[in-house]
This record gives sequence, structure tokens and C-alpha cells, in this order.
Amino acid sequence: MSSSIERTTSGMSSTRRTFLQRMAITGVAVGPGGAFLASCATSGGGDDEDDSEPEPQGDVSDDNPLGIPEDEPLEIYIFDGGFGDEYATDVHQPIFSEKWPDVEINHNAAVDIGGELQARFVAGDPPDFVNNSGDGQMDGAQLITDGQLYDLSDLFDAPSWDDPEVPVRDTLIPGTIEMGSRDGTPYVLNYAFTVFGLWYNKTLLDENGWTVPTTWQEMMDLCAEIKSAGIAPWVYQGVTAPRYMNWPLLTMAAKLAGPEILVPVDNLEEGAWGHEAIRESAAALRSLKENDYFLPGVEGMEFRDAQGLWARGEAVFCPSGSWLENEEADAIAEDETFELAMMPEPLLSEDAVMPLETVRATAGEPYIVPADAKNPRAAMEYMRAMLSVEGARGFSETVTSLTSVAAANEEVEISAPGLASAQEALNAAGENVINWLYPTWYPTMENPGIDQATGALLRADITVDEWVQQCEAVAKEIREDDSVVKQTREA
Amino acid sequence: MTALRHGKYPFILAFLLPPVGIYALYMLSPYVQAIYISLTRWSGLSATQTFIGFDNYVEMWNDDQLRTALRNNLILLVVVPVLTLFLGLFFASMLNVGGRRSGQAVTGVRGSSVYKVVYFFPQVLPHAITAIVFAYVFAPSNAGGILNNLLEAVGLGRLTQLWIGEPKYLVWIIVVVMTWGFVGFYVVLFSAAMQSIPRDIYEAALLDGSSRITTFRKVTLPLVWDTVQVGWVYMAIQAMDGFAFVHIMLGVNGGVQGAGDVLGVAIYRAAFAEYDFGYAAAIGVLLLLLTMTIVVLFMRVLRRERVELA
Repeated sequence: MSSSIERTTSGMSSTRRTFLQRMAITGVAVGPGGAFLASCATSGGGDDEDDSEPEPQGDVSDDNPLGIPEDEPLEIYIFDGGFGDEYATDVHQPIFSEKWPDVEINHNAAVDIGGELQARFVAGDPPDFVNNSGDGQMDGAQLITDGQLYDLSDLFDAPSWDDPEVPVRDTLIPGTIEMGSRDGTPYVLNYAFTVFGLWYNKTLLDENGWTVPTTWQEMMDLCAEIKSAGIAPWVYQGVTAPRYMNWPLLTMAAKLAGPEILVPVDNLEEGAWGHEAIRESAAALRSLKENDYFLPGVEGMEFRDAQGLWARGEAVFCPSGSWLENEEADAIAEDETFELAMMPEPLLSEDAVMPLETVRATAGEPYIVPADAKNPRAAMEYMRAMLSVEGARGFSETVTSLTSVAAANEEVEISAPGLASAQEALNAAGENVINWLYPTWYPTMENPGIDQATGALLRADITVDEWVQQCEAVAKEIREDDSVVKQTREA
Repeated sequence: MTALRHGKYPFILAFLLPPVGIYALYMLSPYVQAIYISLTRWSGLSATQTFIGFDNYVEMWNDDQLRTALRNNLILLVVVPVLTLFLGLFFASMLNVGGRRSGQAVTGVRGSSVYKVVYFFPQVLPHAITAIVFAYVFAPSNAGGILNNLLEAVGLGRLTQLWIGEPKYLVWIIVVVMTWGFVGFYVVLFSAAMQSIPRDIYEAALLDGSSRITTFRKVTLPLVWDTVQVGWVYMAIQAMDGFAFVHIMLGVNGGVQGAGDVLGVAIYRAAFAEYDFGYAAAIGVLLLLLTMTIVVLFMRVLRRERVELA
């Protein structure tokens, strides 16, 4: 934990009460309700007593590496969104219960995770296991800063469910644990695995005899051809999320000049956004607007409308992650001949440092154990069960998504053509998988910060230089904000 | 008698304490707590609040985005009530006293009973639905934009715009949508006021050869002025809000470049996107002060200009 974090002390709460008393005395009309004040939001919560209750713990053994109590209940919350919650009730819980029949699982599904659980976190009475996802997800970085999350080191060091010789740590795709860590301590398990790239309408390409472009020059030539055929070459996520275009932007820049150019971006270094490769990539994407290669009106569209028009054959390329196929399932199902596939971003130059096959991929879909959980050991054991090959494969089959469990991705048969192409691209990439972390570390830097700058760039309202200046200003704001806990990475 | 007088205060207290207690607990104490929270740094996720004095207010002073939100709220505050009250008065007078039909001196225009229902219709729609509908009114034509398609259909294709994609239009879109949503209520309110105006006044005006506009200016308007003032106060308070329309139509960041932001959305964003409850509470206190200032100002004006009516 960083030293700048201040915890509640008795001195602190006395200041607060003195303050309220003073407010009452100095004539603020508190009235007879004043006595109730001490029991409300400002009166402090469970932090005072949580150290007095030791968590229940069983004996550590080969069979019980995390030392979970064998008869204490486990309360879990699953986000009931794109993935639903059947994967938990039908796949993970049977695996867990087979081994621990006496641990009663208290399963809950919620659409608005923050809305249901925020008050319980404040009160120091959170559930044991939370799938912190969806629109209502609580800010993970802030939860870590507030000391609300349980250290998951023991989980990743424990032997894996399938092979006692191999620790959990080594069964995961590299980068998974780092994605959920701060200062080397893991707090978040990112379970689903997302591959990012350009999603294209394979049917249109095949029908017209067009080939998948491998360089930006080929991309521009193809766009000209597509446009003359009366189809829009590109869409992006309109007014809702122009930041989706940051993904090809930074990926193409990293391919051109190497993944190390992303490190200063994450570390908020001055001038990071002004790197020549990033400028070149930004100029390339801006040229899509200059040449009128975007779907007309996309700048004013909601993202689902834009993606829907893409899925209905109005445009060919769309930047997104591997959830796109699920998200647009309805539009995709309208036309049986429609087939989508993912391609890695084309190279800006023949002398690019990284190969064409390089993709951005990252673990996502966060699962956490609250620091104040009553049964955190069992919650980690539940995670260990999720990370078994059987659990991960069951997840992939149920929700059409890859997982962070490397072995499970190799064995799973994926029937969805889009995800299958993403899996292929990931395998082809091999070691050349890149990612950047500033959107996870500093969510408001990505949105609205860089999001607004990129939106203006894609409307060609600003030049590449102005875009760089705006991005630098956004990074500067975060850099100079003392209330934000900073993180850095080496490579 | 003596017994009742003897027990008067306990009796009154017994009835007064519960409601005052509940009011203090659920209305006053949150205000006081919000003021305290605005002086702290608090994520809203833990029980830890760090007292930081007026730092949040200093930050507010330097926040350009907040200035945009404040400017938009002021635009809404001035333009929406004027538009809504003007349209409300116009429609109400046409529905009630604007008609000229043989045999009846004072009546509404033809078909006024149908119009009454039509005008009131937006009022029964939740703001969320109004906002979603209008997001599609202002969408690009290939995404089903009603306005752009309409313009193209009547040969005004060159007037089409990417309404929601253009920062300069955003606040005016909100003005239009809010006015559309609120005007029906004021039509009904003013209709009720106009119904209570004695008919013989209109008949007298008519006999004197007064035109419709003169009748409206010299008879209708002075006699419903009290209701208009009440409407103005309501409207001003509603215009300080605008949260649902902006959040649903333009998103949590207030649309492209944040140009359509309002204070309500800024509070929500600070609290639930940035997890900075202290800052959110500080904006809340600003909004409280603004709203109270406006109400006090209007009450003053209202009291001074009260007209004795027949």
C-alpha cells in the first residue's frame, strides 16, 4: 500500500463529531434530528471493529492449500450482464461443491453491482466474492487505494486445481496477474481474455474478391475500392466511445516502433504522446476522415447504432474487442450469410519493428475478494476452482469468451466464427502480445480525457499536433493530481 | 377546559415531534452531512473520510468543465422558462379563449379538446423515455434520425446536421427537449387559470371590438399573471436539474467535448465515475446555493408584484 493512504483513526472521527457539534451550535438548523446524525453516512463505518474479528481458517494441507474453513458459508455476487450468471451456477459452483460439500454457497446475481454493494463496502460488511463488472462496477483502482481488497498472493502461489506440481500462477496467460496488481501485490483476478483488433465483414470481402490488407497503404487502396463500390469502409463507436479508435492507434504505433513506446504513456511521462510513431498512427487514422472513408454520420451516432449498421453490411471495418460478436448477436443473426472475422491492425511501414501478427490482448472481467470479507479463504478457493481447466473451458463454452487459463484456451472448441478467428490471431501472435495499462490505472484519463481528444481527431476538427497537445494535457492533469495514486511499469 | 389547557403543550408536541423529527432526519441531516462531505476527500467506497478544508471548492473554481456545466444551466434557466411559458400561454389561450365561433362569445379554437390531450401527452411520458425518443429524433439519417429524414423528405436536405455530434448544438437540443417535455403541464395549468376568468369580461372586450391579441394582452395575461409567476418558479427549479435528459441523451460526460454538461450530471460523474464523493458533494452544495438564491429572488419578485384581482 502506498504511504499516502490515510486510514480512519479515532482522532479523525472525533474531528468529525466536533465539527458536527459546532455546526449545530453555530446555528445550522439541525433540529431534533441532530441526535440521528452520528448514525448516518458521515459517522464512520465498520473499519473500527474489523481487526478484532479474525477470519475463520481451516488447517492448511495438500488437499486444502488455502486453509479454508470446511463448514462456513460463502456469499458470492455475479454480474448478470453480457455473460449472465449460468456459468457460475452451472459450471463453477458444481466443481467447487463437489470438493467442499459442506460449504454452503449463497449465490447472488446483480445487474448494478455498485448500486447493490457500495453501501456494504462502506459499512465494512461486503460479500466474500464479487464479480465487479458492468456499468455499475466500482472503480477497482480506488478500491485498492482504499484498502478494500484482499491480497490474492496466496491464491496465485497455491498449487493449481488440476496439477499440484504447478502453481496457479503458471497456468495463466502472462500478464494476467500484473493486470490486477498494484506495486507487485495482486488484488484482482481478471478471468476473461479479450483480443482486440479490426473486425471485418468477411462476406463482403469474399464476394468482391478483396484481400485483407497487411499494410496501411494496402488498407487505403482497399478503402478507395470499397468506397467506389458504394459501401463505407470504416465505422467506429460514434459519439459514445471514439476511444475505441485509440486501440488501433496505439497498437499500430507499437508495431511500428516497438512495445517500449507504450511504457512512457503508462508512466505519464511528459512527451510520451508526442512520439513519432504515435503521431504517424494518429495521422493515418485521421486520413480516414480526410478521405471520407467513415460511414456517413458516424460522428453523431450511438455506438450500438454504428456497430449495428456495420453488422448489417453498411461498412467493412470496425475496431473492437472480442466481445463484439456477442454484443451484436441480434444484428448478426438477421443475415445468415454474414460472416465476421478479426484481423490484426495493418503495418504502418514495411520496416515496422514488430510483426504483422502482433495483437493487443488482455485479461479482463474482474473478480475480487473484499478485505472485509467474512470468508476470504473460501472465496480464493472458489477462484482456484474457476481457474481449473474444466472450469475455464466450461466458461468459454457457456459465454463464448476466452479465459486467462492458457491450457483451457488450447483445448476448447469455439464454434463462433468471430471468436475462433480471434483465437487463431492470438495463437499466431505467439509472444507478440501487447497491452497498455493507463485506462485501468487512471480510468478518467481514458474517458473522458483521451476519448474527447480522439473524437475531435476523427472528426478532423483538430490536427495531429493539437491531438498530441490535448493528450499531453490530459496526462499532465493526472500526473499533477495528488489525489490519484500513481503507478509505473518497467516494460 | 383547564385540563385541556394544562395538557396543551405535551399534546401539541406529541403531534409535532414525529413529523419534525422525520423531516430533520431525512431532509436536514443529509444537507448538513453533504456540506461536511464537501470538505473531505472521500471515495464513497470506504468509511474513511479525510478532512481537506476548502480544497474541493478551490478545485471547483479551476474546473473548466464545471464552468461549461454552469453556463449550460444558466442557459436552461433563462431560455427554457421563457420558451415554455410563452408556448404554454399561447396554447392555453388558443384552447380556451382564442376561438371565434358564431353563437359563442368566448371559446377555444376548433378541435381544442383534441389538442388538450395532445399537448398533455409528453407530460405523462417519463423523462427517460422522452430522452431516448429524442436521441433518435436527432440521430444521423442512416441511424434512423427522424429530424434529418424529415428535412430530406421536404427538400431541405442541406439543413441536415449531425445534431448530437456537434458540440455547439448540444445545449440547444436539451432546451428543445425540455421545453417539449414541460409545455403540456403549463398548458393545463394556464387553462385552469383561464377557465376561472369571468366570461363577461371577455364579452365586454369583444363588444368594444378588441382583437384576439389585444384581448390576450389586456385581459387574459393580467388575470393569469399570478399563475404565470408560480409556473416561472417551478420552471426555474426544473431547469436547474436537466439530469435525466442530459445523462440519457448525451451520456455521463455531457456529450461531445462535454459541451452539453449540466451540474446534475457533473455531480453524478464525480460521484459514480470518478469516485470522488467529496467533490460531488461540493458541486451539490453549489447547486443548493444556486437553487436557493433563485427561489428567494423569485419569491421577492412574486411578493412585490402581487396584483389584487377581482
